[in-house]
Amino acid sequence: MALALETDALLADRLAGLEAVAKGATQAARRSAAARVADMGLPTRRDEYWKFTRPDALTVAEPAAAGALNLDESPFDAANPLTLVFRDGMFDAEASDALEGENLTIDLLSAAADIHWAGEIYGTLETAGQTPVARPLAALNTALATEGVLIHAKGKVERPVLIRYIAGEADVILHHVVKVDEGASLTLLETGTPGTRSNTALEVDVAKEGAFDHIRTQGRDHERGLLSHTFARMQDDAEFKSFMLTANGTLTRNECVIEILGDNISAHVGGAAIGDGKDFHHDDTVFITHDAVHCESRQVFKKVLRNGATGVFQGKILVKPDAQKTDGYQISQSLLLDEDSQFYAKPELEIYADDVACSHGSTTGAIDETALFYLRSRGIERREAQELLVLAFLAEALDEIADDDLRAAVQDQLEFWLRNLKG
Amino acid sequence: MLEIKNLHVKLEDEDKEILRGVNLTVGEGEVHAIMGPNGSGKSTTSYVLSGRDGYEVTAGSATLDGEDLLDLDPEERAALGMFLAFQYPVEIPGVGNMTFLRTAVNSQRKARGQEELSAGEFLKEVRAIAKDLKIDPEMLKRPVNVGFSGGEKKRNEILQMAMLAPKMCVLDETDSGLDVDAMKLVSEGVNALRDGKRSFLVITHYQRLLDHIKPDVVHIMYNGKIIKSGGPELALEVENNGYGDLLAEAD
Repeated sequence: MALALETDALLADRLAGLEAVAKGATQAARRSAAARVADMGLPTRRDEYWKFTRPDALTVAEPAAAGALNLDESPFDAANPLTLVFRDGMFDAEASDALEGENLTIDLLSAAADIHWAGEIYGTLETAGQTPVARPLAALNTALATEGVLIHAKGKVERPVLIRYIAGEADVILHHVVKVDEGASLTLLETGTPGTRSNTALEVDVAKEGAFDHIRTQGRDHERGLLSHTFARMQDDAEFKSFMLTANGTLTRNECVIEILGDNISAHVGGAAIGDGKDFHHDDTVFITHDAVHCESRQVFKKVLRNGATGVFQGKILVKPDAQKTDGYQISQSLLLDEDSQFYAKPELEIYADDVACSHGSTTGAIDETALFYLRSRGIERREAQELLVLAFLAEALDEIADDDLRAAVQDQLEFWLRNLKG
Repeated sequence: MLEIKNLHVKLEDEDKEILRGVNLTVGEGEVHAIMGPNGSGKSTTSYVLSGRDGYEVTAGSATLDGEDLLDLDPEERAALGMFLAFQYPVEIPGVGNMTFLRTAVNSQRKARGQEELSAGEFLKEVRAIAKDLKIDPEMLKRPVNVGFSGGEKKRNEILQMAMLAPKMCVLDETDSGLDVDAMKLVSEGVNALRDGKRSFLVITHYQRLLDHIKPDVVHIMYNGKIIKSGGPELALEVENNGYGDLLAEAD
């Protein structure tokens, strides 16, 4: 009972800001989300879905303080993206490009009063993603998000859109909405960390033959926490790709929920994480639902952990009875550079159709000493040899990035972080 | 050049002595061969010289041009000019052969206080050597040894040897897994590196490799010791009579 009271108090605290943000096209969604959070309560350590990751740091009223962050340069300069800058969770118009581009519209959530397409998506995908697993902090995000971008791709958008976060000391809740029209395509890049503590949501609705490509790099100091949600809904012949590169952070939980509703869809999610130190905790939680025929999904996640870092992977493929000819693939692997680090994996397949090919695998291993010796015997110093092997281990995940230039940019960022990790 | 004195080595985890007082001196420009039955300590000698973990030196010394090898890390030994051609070259998925070679060459140059090779210089050199060794340029782009045939792996070892230009080359059963043509190709690669200064220690079970790489001195190793040394005729004797007589003499 005491626990419930404490949770209620926390919730009341967190929902206190609702009146300030509940307006315009998203108003109904926000109120319903607030009611749902109140109904679900905030997650606690006792929830099965939070078994390997303690949600406390995400649910307490005030985030832990974080020191000033050394800003990473954006790795995506060469792609010449249309750049939107968020500083402390607020849109920085001066530092951003104009909100216009070929084949797309961009608006801010705070100005969403008349944007009806966004009103139709905002909170809808998040709500659908609450079944069968409750995600109270996603509903909390829908209720309280103070800002976000609304991107409507109406045709093939050649120039990538970059959301660049510059973190100060704020507790940030952001909610982005992307709509990709029939036959349209968009590449969305994100880099940086929104705040001291961040709860972000991205809802992506991809129409027939649409394509959405998403790459995120997030590196930060060990005092910052991040919970990100990606919700995607896809129709016939659509393509969805999302990749996340993470370095450091006290707590990172990336939840990705994908609903495959049309035929011949391909959905790929992947990530690479490097963590150093006891206070590093990185969790990839993925839920892909197949509810149509001839669809393919991939989950490829790799983590390199050292000095007592912790990695978590919870990945599920749910294949509904009519989703015949589904091709589902899931792999999660960790490389532990010492005996203090740990990796928890919970790969799940739940299959109700009979003509499917689904596979999953999970491995945890140490560095290959024979390979390390081979490299060193050729004159390569231990640290550099280890770095080569770490990069080789993560290469399979980075290969999920289809675009050569963007993959090279992410690779450069990864190498930079590897050389500059704490410890 | 290489001087091994009374070398005693045991396994780190077990109380098992593998080398029991090896004495061996390889002079500048010389080619020495070590032959011997399985389990005599030949490969252990090569691993101990190159610094592999898992062994404990309990007595003796090994020096290269007067520098004590045994206290050095493998990469430091390599920079001094020690090179081991592996019996089983290691496959390293995800590391490109070119990246590996270039990193190795430049690491050694750096350790010796030399300037790093530019990408252009490196490429030119590696292509020329690869051509001589009949190495397909495609092989250079693939991950290290991954999907290579037995012969390709050994040729890749010789390519590394040629690029790194070591003073002292130890070849650990380089003939194992090779057909006659591949052995010839690999041997030609090795012979091309004989310049009167570079020294070689060739470890092999069989005399036939020594038809191609002609040794100055042949040593027979048995039970962790060198029990007999002689000229190339010693290898022929082994080929004709087996190890039986020699071992009986030693026992």
